[in-house]
Amino acid sequence: MSCDDKVDCGRRRLLVATATVGGVAGVATAIPFVSTFAPSERAKSAGAPVEADISKLAPGQMMTVEWRGKPVWIIHRTKEMLDNLTKLDDKMADPKSNRLMQPGYAKNEYRSIKPEYLVAIGICTHLGCSPTEKFTTGAESGVTADWQGGFFCPCHGSIFDLAGRVYKSMPAPDNLEIPPHVYLSDAKILIGEDKKGA
Amino acid sequence: MGAANTDKYKSDGSAAGGLLEWVDARFPLLSLWNDHLAKYYAPKNFNFWYFFGSLAILVLVLQIVTGIFLTMHYKPDAALNASGIPAAFASVEYIMRDVPWGWLIRYMHSTGASAFFIVVYLHMFRGMLYGSYRNPRELIWIFGVLIFLLLMAEAFLGYLLPWGQLSYWGAQVIVNMFTAIPVIGPDFALLLRGDYVVSDATLNRFFALHVVAIPLALIGLVAAHIMALHEVGSNNPDGIEIKKKKGPDGIPLDGIPFHPYYSVKDLVGAVVFLMVFAIVIFFMPEGGGYFLEYNNFFPADPLVTPSHIAPLWYFSPYYSILRANTVNFFWIDAKLWGVIFMGLGVMIFFFLPWLDRSPVKSIRYRGPLFKGALAIFVACFIILGVLGTMPATPGLTMIAQVCSIIYFAFFLLMPIYTSLDRCKAEPERVTGK
Repeated sequence: MSCDDKVDCGRRRLLVATATVGGVAGVATAIPFVSTFAPSERAKSAGAPVEADISKLAPGQMMTVEWRGKPVWIIHRTKEMLDNLTKLDDKMADPKSNRLMQPGYAKNEYRSIKPEYLVAIGICTHLGCSPTEKFTTGAESGVTADWQGGFFCPCHGSIFDLAGRVYKSMPAPDNLEIPPHVYLSDAKILIGEDKKGA
Repeated sequence: MGAANTDKYKSDGSAAGGLLEWVDARFPLLSLWNDHLAKYYAPKNFNFWYFFGSLAILVLVLQIVTGIFLTMHYKPDAALNASGIPAAFASVEYIMRDVPWGWLIRYMHSTGASAFFIVVYLHMFRGMLYGSYRNPRELIWIFGVLIFLLLMAEAFLGYLLPWGQLSYWGAQVIVNMFTAIPVIGPDFALLLRGDYVVSDATLNRFFALHVVAIPLALIGLVAAHIMALHEVGSNNPDGIEIKKKKGPDGIPLDGIPFHPYYSVKDLVGAVVFLMVFAIVIFFMPEGGGYFLEYNNFFPADPLVTPSHIAPLWYFSPYYSILRANTVNFFWIDAKLWGVIFMGLGVMIFFFLPWLDRSPVKSIRYRGPLFKGALAIFVACFIILGVLGTMPATPGLTMIAQVCSIIYFAFFLLMPIYTSLDRCKAEPERVTGK
C-alpha cells in the first residue's frame, strides 16, 4: 500500500484490519453450515453389527444380509470352487490381496477366515453398484468361455472371482472389500465386529 | 447499461399515464423496457436457430411452475410406509394417481427436463455454427456453460427424488465418482451423501438443492447471460457486427427492435414448441424409456442393482466418455481417468472462445476444415450418446474410445485447423437469407 498525500494511511490500515476480521468471522460462520453436510450422529450410530445364521446355507449357495445399508454376501464355496481360485492368480489385478481391502485375518489365498465361507461386501469398488452372481461356469454363464464362476457388475462390466478378487484391466481398481467379521459359533457369523462378545 | 439515456416518462394527463409517471420516477421501468425490449436492436437476419434461447427461458419457467406444484404433494422421505414402500416413491405414485391432474403436472416436469436439454443442446450448437462465443461475447458464452453445468446438476439431483431403482443407483454411481479424487475424495463423497450409503439424508439434501439452491443460482446466471448479451448485442447468422454500420440516428442499419419484431417471432416458436411438447406429454410421456426409464418404476432397493443401468439420454455422451477409460496409465487408475475426462469433456467448452483462431465467425464463411471438423464432432457426440444408453461390450467400448478421442481432438486441434482453413470474405452488411 502506497502512502501519498491523498490516502490517509491510518484509516486505510483500519479498513484492512476490519475487513480481515470480518473475513475471519465469515469463514468461521461457514464452518457450522458446511459441517451439517457430514453424517449425523444418528447416521453414525446406525452401523451396528449384524448376525447371520449360516447353518442352512448349502455348498454352492450364497445369502445376502444388510449391514450399514450395504449388501454383505456370504458364499458357501465348494471344494471345486476353491481349487479353481488358485488357477486364476495370473488373471487377477491383485491376486495376493496386497491392497488394503480386507482385515489382516482375511489376507490369504481364499480371502476368508474359514476357506469355505466367503464374507464380502457386495459393492463394486468402481462406482458402487452391486455385482450379480454368475456361478455357472463356462460359456453358458454369458461372461467368457473359460469362466470359473464369480460376479459380474452390470454397471461398467467389471468381473470378480469367487474370492471377490477383481480381474485385470477392469474399471474396478480393487478387490471387493471384506468386512470385519467373526464366527460366534459354527453356525453364526457376526458382521461388523472382529471380537466375540463386543 | 444505457439506463441514463432514457428520459423519464412524462404523463399525458390520463390516470394511467399519471400512474406510470409516478412509478417511473421511483423505478427504472421505462429504461428497462427500452434497453431490453423496445430499443434493443437485434440483427434483422435471425433464422430458425435463434428460437432456442427464448425457448430455454420458456422451459425454465415451465419447470419452476410445475416444480412448485409438485412440491406441494411430494415427500422427500426414504422411510418405508405401512405397505413397505419408501414414502418418497409412494408420494410420486400418489401424485400420478390420486392428485387431480397431478399426472399432467408431473409429466410436464419430467418431460420438461428432457425438453430443456434438447433446447439447450440446440442453443449451444447454434453458438458453434455462427461463432457466437467469439470476441466480444466470451462472457455470454462462459455464463452459458455455467448454466449448462448447473442444469446437469439440477437434473441429476432431481432424478434421485422419485426414489426408484435408477434414482438410487444413479446417485450411488455419480457420488462414488468423487471417491476417485485422490486424498480428499472419499471424505468429499461422504459429505455429499451425509451417510455411508445413499440414504434418507442424501434424499433430503438433494431435494433442498434441487428446489431452492440450484434454481436460484440458475435464475441469477440466466439474468447475467442476458445482461451480457444486451451489453454487446446479439450475433447473427453472418457473424458480423451490426454495430459497425450505424445510421445517422445511431441505430444499427441492420438492427430491428426486439419488441415487437422478435417478441412476435419468438411467440410463434413458443406455440410450435408447446404443440410438440403437448403431443409428447399426452401420447408418449415416457419417451420410449428415454425420458422416464422403466427401471425407475421399481422402488429403490439398496441390496440389488438393476441388471442394466443407463443414465438419461442427455448425460449419455459423457457417461460413454467415463466408461471408455479402461486403461491405467501414469500411475493413475482408469477409474480416475474416466472421471477426469468426463469433467474435462464439459469444462473444455469454457475455452472455446480462445481455441477458435478463425478470421470469420459464421459457418457460412468458414472453410472446409472447420465444416468437416464440426460435422465429425456432432456425429461423434451422437454416437457417444447412443453408446451410453447400451450395455458395454468390448467392441462398443472400442468405438466409444475412438469417439472420445475425436471429441477432444475437435477442441484441442481447433487452433491449428481454424488458422489453416480457407475462409471466404465476410459481407459488409447482413445478408437476406
